[in-house]
This record gives sequence, C-alpha cells and structure tokens, in this order.
Amino acid sequence: MTSHDDDRATRPWTQEPVRDPAISLRDVSIRRGGRTIWSDGTFDIPAGTVTAIVGTNGAGKTTLMKAELGLIPIAGGTMKVLGRAPGQMNAEIGYVPQTYVSEIDSSLTAEQSVLLGLTGTRFGIHPVTRKQKERAREAMDFIGIGQFAKYRLADLSGGQRQRVAIAQALVADPKLLMLDEPLANLDLASQRATVHILAKLNRELGMTIQVVAHDLNMLLPILTGAVYLLDGHPHYAPLNQVLDSDLLTHLYGTDVQVVTTPQGDMFVTPSLDRPAGSEVDVHRPDEVAEFHRHGHGLVGHGHMHQLIGLRRGGEDGADDGADGSAGANADGGANAGNDGKDGAR
Amino acid sequence: MSSFTYDPDWISTLGASFMTRAFVAGLCIAVAAGVVGYFTIARQSTFAAHALAHIGLPGATGAVLLGLPVSLGMGVFALGGALVIAALGKRASQREIATGTVLAFATGLGLYFARMSSSASQQFQSILFGSILTVTPDQIRGFVIFDVVLLAVFAIVYRPLLFSSLDEQVAQAKGVPVGVMNVVYMAILAGVITIAVPAVGTLLIFALVITPAATANIVTASPLRAMIVSTVLCLLAIWGGLVLATMFPAPPSFAIVTLSTLFWAIAKLVDYLRRK
Repeated sequence: MTSHDDDRATRPWTQEPVRDPAISLRDVSIRRGGRTIWSDGTFDIPAGTVTAIVGTNGAGKTTLMKAELGLIPIAGGTMKVLGRAPGQMNAEIGYVPQTYVSEIDSSLTAEQSVLLGLTGTRFGIHPVTRKQKERAREAMDFIGIGQFAKYRLADLSGGQRQRVAIAQALVADPKLLMLDEPLANLDLASQRATVHILAKLNRELGMTIQVVAHDLNMLLPILTGAVYLLDGHPHYAPLNQVLDSDLLTHLYGTDVQVVTTPQGDMFVTPSLDRPAGSEVDVHRPDEVAEFHRHGHGLVGHGHMHQLIGLRRGGEDGADDGADGSAGANADGGANAGNDGKDGAR
Repeated sequence: MSSFTYDPDWISTLGASFMTRAFVAGLCIAVAAGVVGYFTIARQSTFAAHALAHIGLPGATGAVLLGLPVSLGMGVFALGGALVIAALGKRASQREIATGTVLAFATGLGLYFARMSSSASQQFQSILFGSILTVTPDQIRGFVIFDVVLLAVFAIVYRPLLFSSLDEQVAQAKGVPVGVMNVVYMAILAGVITIAVPAVGTLLIFALVITPAATANIVTASPLRAMIVSTVLCLLAIWGGLVLATMFPAPPSFAIVTLSTLFWAIAKLVDYLRRK
C-alpha cells in the first residue's frame, strides 16, 4: 500500500521503524464454485503480531489463509502479503497445514522432514550439505525436538509431528508463520507446548504469526488480535477490542458466564449440563466486556481470563505464554488504534 | 492331478536361455518397482496403482486382438488411465469407490476382448497372472531403456516429488509444481506397471510394486534407504521365486508373490514383537 510506504519515507527519525503491515486487505472477496465465501475483507494485520483467525466451521478461515498464500485466487479487492501480491513472498512464509494428524506409513526421519523445508523445492541432484543439516538442527533445537531428529515420523506422537512441521516451516527463516488449526486433535500438554513455541517464535524472532483456531481459549495469552469471520465478512480487532461487548454479542449471540475457578475467572458460554453444586455467575455480554475494560487487564495480570469458543472451558494454560504475551501486546497496541476502526465496522 | 514334486535337474534348467532372460527381466522390474513403490505409499495411492494394472488389461487383450504387442496395449491403456487420474488430482487417486468401479469395469472389458479371438484367449491367463519365463529379448531391451529413463527422471525430480508426495500442501505453498509432479508420478507408475505385468500379471502386481516398499518402510528410516531395500526385496522375491519354481515345479508368479508376502509378514511380526 502506498500510504504505508509514505509513512516510512516521511518518518525516518522515528526510533522504531514503522513496519508495513504483514497482511493488508482492501475490499477483498473470495468466491469458490460460484458461491461467495466471504466479502468486504478490509483490515491490516501489523507485523510482529500473533493473530488468530476465528469463525465457525465453513466460515472460510482456511480459505483466507490459502488466499494469503496465493493458492486460491481472490475474486475482488486487493491483498498484500509482506508487501506483495499473495503467493509472491511465499519463500518468506512458513505454512503448517493440519496434515500432521494423518497417519504416516512412509519411512522418513524428523530431520529429513525438516530438511525438506530447505531442499524440497530443488530439482536435480543436490546432496544435503552440512550447513543445511546444521540449520535443520538449530530449528529443531529451537522448537525443542532436537532429541527426535533421528526418529521416524511414524514413531512420533501427533504433537511431536506437529512440532516437526513447525520446525520445517522455521528452517527457511520465514517472516510470517501460518498455522492451520495447530491445537486441534492435540492433548492438553501438547497444546500448551505449541502455544509456548508460538510465543517464543514471536518474542525471540519477532515472527508474525497467524493461527486458524477453533477455540481462542489456549491462544488468548499470546494473542495480539483476531480476525473474525462472521456474517460472511472478515473483521480484524486488536485484543484490547476483542472483548468489546458488540463483538462478544456478535460472536456468541448469547449470554456469557463468568465462572470462578481456582485458576481464575473464565468466560464460558452457558452449558446445558451444569456441574451439580457449582456456583455460576451469569452476566450479559456487555457486562462482561465492561469488567474487562475497567476491572482487570487481560495481560500481565495474576488472574487468567479465557474466552471460550466452542468447547467447555475451565482448563489451565496461560502461565507459559503469559510473559511472552506482554511483549506481543505492547507491539500490537501501537498499531491498535488504526486497525480497530476497520475491525469494529 | 500333479502333487508337490522336486525336480532334480533344476540346476540345468536354471542355465537355460529363457531363465537368463527371466533373471535379467527380474532385475529390471525390481529396480523400477523398488523406486516407485516408496512414492506410491507416500502418496497414499496404492489402490490406484493396483487399479492401473487392471485398466491396462483391456489394452493388453485388445492389442492381441489387433495383432499388436501386449506391452504396447497395456502401456497405452495404463498411461491413459494414469493421466486421467492425474488430471483429477491427487485426491482422486485416493477415491476408492470410483477407482474400484473403474477397475472392475476394465477387468470385464479385458475379458470381453480376450474372448473375441482365440489367440487373445490363450494369452489371457498369462496377462492376468504373468509369464516371466516367456519374456523376449526385445522386451528386455525395452525394460532396460525404461529403467535408464526412469532413474534419470527420478534424479531430476527426486526432492520436489518427495516433498509433494509427503506434504503436498506445504510443497505447493513453497512453489513446487504439484500438478506437474502428479502427472510425472502417474506416468512413471503406468510405465512401471507395464513392465512389471509380464512378471506377475495384472492381478498380482500389488505384491511386487507395493508390498516390498511397505516392507522396506517398516525396516528403514529414510526414503533413499527404503527404495534400495525395496529394490533388493523385490529382486529377492523374483529371483528366489524363479529358483523355487524351478526346484519345485510351480508357476513362478505364485512363488514370487509368496516370497514377497512372506518378507512383509516377517517384517510386520518382528516390528510388532519389538514394539510390544
């Protein structure tokens, strides 16, 4: 977008370089098989942030990600990913689809899988160099799977295989990391490990991260903002506006409960099956939003607040990511004002 | 009815020229099958591989009908089928019901063509079950040329093909032309099936192209090693099968398939016991 280039050109004195948004959409619409999946997508996702893409099944979350990768054409509007048309900067993008859940019959070690992230696009005979092996090893150590390098993928758990897939994306040094449902089908410990890795990638490498998610619960501690796919339109909101009453109402269309547990307050949508003898404190969405705007900040706070998506809440999962999220949120906050307008519309 | 016998002259039989040709053909087939088998499993297209052999069947019997070489008809039909499956995308090769239906129809059509002439009828059984002992010097020349081309193509496309076979979505995002890779792979598969049919026939081909690769996947940890082990296992099955079928007169296809299955069963059992 030219306006962003102008920003950079006219403000050379600022200490922090004004970064172009990692992803920028203007009036984007997507059609598949004659049907409009979603339209009027206008938002910027700031660089260096962690963004969730949320929405119900079939709302077009994965479609958005694939459009950003240039794998699906856009029907209208303009989209820029890392400053260029979709698909042109894919060498700078790490993509982790949801394939790690499928069974693997082939013999392939974790290290070889990671190496494909470096060598997999090259035609001709290219023996793997020592430098490439070192990079693969670094990526695996960063993700915490160095000890599995020589293991066969088939012998790893789903969570471990997913970390191998993240290492494969990481080995090519991406600026932007896209993950499709990284927490689905993982046990709690693996979910926490994944969230911790994402926080680390964002905090230590400054990587922009985009996550398609079913459930914000686990990700909330590290999120900077979210893209909501509602009513056939994507909206972006920075996290401090995620808990806006309009948005909550929009998202759930129902009352929101606040349940006090030993881990802190949590948001849950009302359950038909309430545990016997539990104390349930029911609030309307706008009230809940009020608590959060005034009562306690979401981040850097002893308590933990979770926004429950489509699942029953009450699980732990913030301590690992909490310190990381403070940095991420400070980063996102700088850009928040501008983007919020787009998102709230 | 003949029962289980032992032929004491088996060593002299092994020295016959048709045996030499069978051994050389076995080597060519093992190289081709060993390499392509790994990719077939990685792409989860094993059923499509099985079906391609059957799609080739009417081509083979139809060629006999027209007085053309069996391998030519087989190859043309298998390649046509492969390109149609490739055009439908990788997902299509995993569609079992559509594949199975086409497989059954093609087999029926093969039978129909076979019954239209007496010479086709005579060859029908050898197309279905293979006749490695009747391989001609011309066929062997074709096999060798195919193997050379196959290895050259694999040397060029190895990594992108491996990437797209194991991780198609990521490979596509990274710029691997996955559509082209799919066509290349399916064309190679059609070729491998065409040269493997003379050994074990269309019905038993799974045991020669897929089973050794599956065994290799159990006992190795890397793709290249799996392909080498798969080739060796395939070779052991064919050569061992030829020797066994000579010692104890039996159809070579039966002995070959039995050995291949035995290797796989042993690997499975050992793997199971080791994990326990």
